[in-house]
Amino acid sequence: MAEERQDIQGMDYLTSLPRRVVTTYIPLAIFMFVLLFPFYWMAITSIKSNAELYDYEHFSPFWVAQPTLANIEKLLFHTPYPDWLWNTVLVSVVSTFISLFASVFAAYAIERLRYTGSRYVGMSIFLAYLVPPSILFIPLAAMVYRLGLFDTRLALILTYPTFLIPFCTWLLMGYFKSIPLELEECALIDGASRLQILVKIILPLAVPGLISAGIFAFTLSWNEFIYALTFISSSEVKTVPVGVVTELVEGDVYHWGSLMTGALLGSLPVAILYSFFVEHYVAGMTGAVKE
Amino acid sequence: MSQVLTDTRMSWVGRLNDSRNLLGFLFMLPAGLLLLVFLTYPLGLGIWLGFTNTTIGHLGDFIGLENYRSLMHDTVFWLSVFNTFLYTIVASIFKFMLGLWLAVLLNQRLPFKAFLRAIMLLPFIVPTALSAIAFWWIYDSQFSIISWVLIKMGWITKYIDFLGDPNMARASVIVANVWRGVPFVAISLLAGLQTIPQSLYEAAALDGASSWQRFRHVTLPLLTPIIAVVMTFSVLFTFTDFQLIYVLTRGGPLNATHLMATLAFQRGIPGGQLGEGAALAVAMVPFLLAAIMFSYFGLQRRKWQQGGRD
Repeated sequence: MAEERQDIQGMDYLTSLPRRVVTTYIPLAIFMFVLLFPFYWMAITSIKSNAELYDYEHFSPFWVAQPTLANIEKLLFHTPYPDWLWNTVLVSVVSTFISLFASVFAAYAIERLRYTGSRYVGMSIFLAYLVPPSILFIPLAAMVYRLGLFDTRLALILTYPTFLIPFCTWLLMGYFKSIPLELEECALIDGASRLQILVKIILPLAVPGLISAGIFAFTLSWNEFIYALTFISSSEVKTVPVGVVTELVEGDVYHWGSLMTGALLGSLPVAILYSFFVEHYVAGMTGAVKE
Repeated sequence: MSQVLTDTRMSWVGRLNDSRNLLGFLFMLPAGLLLLVFLTYPLGLGIWLGFTNTTIGHLGDFIGLENYRSLMHDTVFWLSVFNTFLYTIVASIFKFMLGLWLAVLLNQRLPFKAFLRAIMLLPFIVPTALSAIAFWWIYDSQFSIISWVLIKMGWITKYIDFLGDPNMARASVIVANVWRGVPFVAISLLAGLQTIPQSLYEAAALDGASSWQRFRHVTLPLLTPIIAVVMTFSVLFTFTDFQLIYVLTRGGPLNATHLMATLAFQRGIPGGQLGEGAALAVAMVPFLLAAIMFSYFGLQRRKWQQGGRD
């Protein structure tokens, strides 16, 4: 790591400070401002009272004179928001675990068992990753109606793995590939079964990959929108993104305060999770693209 | 007796262990079943539904190409095709240029670099539907902060109707999409940039290359393979985008921002015409394939031009 640092520094000392301010710091500051401003705007709006929110003459829109928790209070106690949070957590956690379980076995089989045709299965898993939900949601909706799963959390738990498994399998295949074959051969000679090898040798070595795949899958399911919008209609079964968009904006007057609070609260869990696992996230993102 | 039993059990487990194909099949079972039932089957079902007049709650009859024939004469459909291409092309170009620029900026020696890189990804991490709501508020016709600032600076005199005017609405949704997509492009390209050895830049500098020439003749060629992959993904996600449009405009005003995906949803789910919606979704496939082929091979082509393998 230290060596890499040195390498990146490279020829930077050749450029003077004023030049660096113009070519690097100012553009970077503008980038950061634009990328982060909507979050600031969300946060500041969510603690404004209605009097301040719609009065740009007497109050500066960029600041809040008298912060209020009324929006959060309203959201948590006078709307089904807590239900939506619970649904989102439940659906995300369960579908993430199902996908991880299925992906670990699939990735190991494709990468290490090398059964007949495993190459083609690996390719089709990658192709499956490229199938966008906006093509699948109509036939899936027809299936969900027919199976009697409409308006249930199970509909989401069963359909989310369709985009999670390809992603996780692809990511884990990359991790498994980096584990030396010799480790496995030694264990095979010592009489270990494939299952034992997978559980006791491969998985402990692939923990970073499992974390990457797990938190990425969790975020993807937390953020999922089109399936949840299509397969769910009752308020108490909705997920946060769908609930906020469909239930909090009905009517003639938009309650921007509670809308922004809903958006902020719904973003916080993934943002917090992300802050703990930044490196795993980046590894997951770039890993999926690199292969 | 017990000895024999253990032996047969052992040999059964042993045979299972030896047979890669059988074990492979067992290991593939959970993933394979889920994907076959909920991905492969619906793909086929979608194509079939496109040939029927199925509605919600009513199993339709086979009507051949009727859905596609009516789409051919449907001006809203062609408008949505136009919108989808406009949205994809413009947003992808901006995402690529801004993402590459941001990646190059972040690849330099900077204070708080890890922190900057971490918070920069936030737009990509949070649910799109929720950040789209923030943009909705930013684009509000009466309380838009952008309009307010521009008026205060004296650049405009009245509030901009961001989502009410067709072309303005198109620009607004593209800006929101670019905002969300830039971090993904930047972080992926940054990973590619970090693999380029610094010594190449030093060699180029010694040969008298300017910083633009170093970028043009060292960075870009070495980055091309990863650019091709990243932009293919970016095009794929932009082309099939749904949430942003659904939240910001629902396809309006006057269908000016309807993408093929949002039109398929509108016809298929609230409209109840599952068959027509499915036909619309299927109609996306050839366009989507063309867009992917173009971005992948169009960018990848340079790889073999430079003597690399395909």
